[in-house]
Amino acid sequence: MIPAAFEYLRAHTADEAFAFLQQHGAEARVLAGGQSLIPAMRFRLARPAVLVDINSLNDLSYIRVDAKSLAIGAIARDADVERAPWIADRRWSLIHDASRVVADPVVRQMGTVVGSLCHNDPAGDWTAVALAARAAVVVRGKSGNRQVGIDDFLVDSFTTATGEGEMALGVVFPMPDDRTAGSYQKMERKVGDFATAAAAVQVSMNDDGTIRSAGVALSAAGPCAVRVDAAERLLAGQKPGEELIRAASDAAWHRSAPQADLRGSVDYKKHLAGVLVARGLRQALARLGVQA
Amino acid sequence: MKVHVKVNGISYEREVEPRALLAYFLREDCGLTGTHVGCDTSSCGCCVVVMDGERAVKSCSMFAVQADGHEILTVEGLADGGRLHALQQGFWDQHGLQCGYCTPGMLLTSYALLRHNATPSEADIREGLAGNLCRCTGYQNIVKAVQQAAGALRESVGAS
Ligand SMILES: Cc1cc2nc3c(=O)[nH]c(=O)nc-3n(C[C@H](O)[C@H](O)[C@H](O)COP(=O)(O)OP(=O)(O)OC[C@H]3O[C@@H](n4cnc5c(N)ncnc54)[C@H](O)[C@@H]3O)c2cc1C
Ligand code: FES
Ligand code: FES
Repeated sequence: MIPAAFEYLRAHTADEAFAFLQQHGAEARVLAGGQSLIPAMRFRLARPAVLVDINSLNDLSYIRVDAKSLAIGAIARDADVERAPWIADRRWSLIHDASRVVADPVVRQMGTVVGSLCHNDPAGDWTAVALAARAAVVVRGKSGNRQVGIDDFLVDSFTTATGEGEMALGVVFPMPDDRTAGSYQKMERKVGDFATAAAAVQVSMNDDGTIRSAGVALSAAGPCAVRVDAAERLLAGQKPGEELIRAASDAAWHRSAPQADLRGSVDYKKHLAGVLVARGLRQALARLGVQA
Repeated sequence: MKVHVKVNGISYEREVEPRALLAYFLREDCGLTGTHVGCDTSSCGCCVVVMDGERAVKSCSMFAVQADGHEILTVEGLADGGRLHALQQGFWDQHGLQCGYCTPGMLLTSYALLRHNATPSEADIREGLAGNLCRCTGYQNIVKAVQQAAGALRESVGAS
C-alpha cells in the first residue's frame, strides 16, 4: 500500500521545522518516528500534503535527568528510554515498565514518547503514563515555548493542544522523590498489540506509612487516556490496605468508559480497568517494600 | 527527489518520490530483493534492516527519503565474501528457517540485538525478536541460532 503523494521537507534545526510548519499550516504534519503516521498514510487514513521530518534534529534526541525532572526530547526513541542507565531506579518504574511494552521491540527503535503523546491514540501507552506521572508537554508556538500540563494537552482522540503550525519539543516528567514507585499494567492480546486495557500507577509514601500522593490513569478506557481522579483522592493520606485498594479499583471501574471492539466487550474492559489498577497499586507498593 | 543511501557499503544515488517506502526502494530501485515485505502493515518484521549500524527498523514503515545520507545494512550485506556471518551460520546449523520468508528480518533484528547486548539470555532473545513473526519454525530453532551466533561472535572477539 502506497501513501498518497506529499512534499517532504527535512528540517535541520527546530527553528527551521517550526518555520516549515508555520508556512504550511494545516497542510503539514510533523514526521517523528513515523510508526503511527506512516501506517496511517499507507491506509490513506492520513493524507498530509507536506511532511516536516524532524529526525535530523539531534538536539531534540535528549533524555535528561536532573534534580527536578526527567526531560525527553521530541526524537528520543522508546528504545533509548528503555536502555537509559538510570531507568532501573524504582522511582522511574512506571516509565520503565511502559518502555518495555509499547508496541514491539523494532517499532520502539523508531517510535518516540513525544510522537505518541501527540498522536493521542485512545489505547496508547505513554498518554496514560504521562497522566499518572503528571507530565507536561513543551509546545512551540508563535509566541514562544509554553508548557502544557498533560491533562490539558490530551484533548480528544487523536487531538491535542498543539495548534496548527505548532510542534511539541519535548515532555517533562517531574522528579519523583525516593519514596516513590510506579507500575504499568497492560493487558494485550499479543506482543505489539495495543492495550485491551491498561493502568498506569505511581505512588509516593510518607515516612509514617501513609500514601502522600498517587497518580492513577487508564488507557483504552475512553476517547483518550483518563485520569482516575476519584482513586487519586481516596488514596492520598491513607494507609495502604486491601480495602483501600478495592476502593481505588472500584473507582477505576466507574471511570472507565471503553468502546467494545475485537479486543473485548465494554464489560470486560471495565472489569480489566479495575483489576489492573489493583495490580498496579500492589506492585508499586511492593516496590516500596509495602505489603497491601 | 534525489536520495543518496549507502547500502551494504555501496552508494546508491536514485531519484525517488517522497512517498516511496524504504523496503520498495531497496527491492525495486537497488535490486536488493533479500529484504522481504510480509504484511505491509508494520506488524511482521520481515522487512527489518539495520540503519547506521545499530538500529533495527521496519523498512516498510520508513520512507526512502528518510534514509538519505544514512547507511543501511540488508541481508545481502551480512556475509563477508563467501563466509557466512555468524548469525547466518547459526540459522544454517540450527535449522532456524523453513520457508525462509521471515529470515532476513530475523537476521537483521538479531544483528542489532547483539550489537546492544553481546550476552543475551534466552529471554532477552525471545523479547528482542517479539516483533518478528514466523509462520513455520515455532521459534525454538531461531532462538538457538541466535544463541549460537552470540557465542561465536564472543569467541571471535576473544580470539582477535
Ligand atoms: C505494529 C505497531 C504496534 C504498535 N503498538 C502500540 C502500542 O501497543 N501502544 C502504543 O502506545 N503505541 C503503539 N504503536 C504506535 C507507536 O508507539 C508509535 O511510535 C507512536 O504512537 C507514535 O510515535 P512516532 O514517533 O512514531 O510518531 P509519528 O508516527 O511520527 O507521529 C504520530 C503523530 O504525532 C504527530 N507528531 C509527532 N511528533 C510530533 C511533534 N514533535 N510535534 C507535533 N506533532 C507531532 C505526527 O504529525 C502524527 O500526527 C504501535 C505501532 C505499530 C506500527
Ligand atoms: S512488511 Fe514491514 S513489518 Fe511486515
Ligand atoms: S521460516 Fe517460514 S516464516 Fe519463518
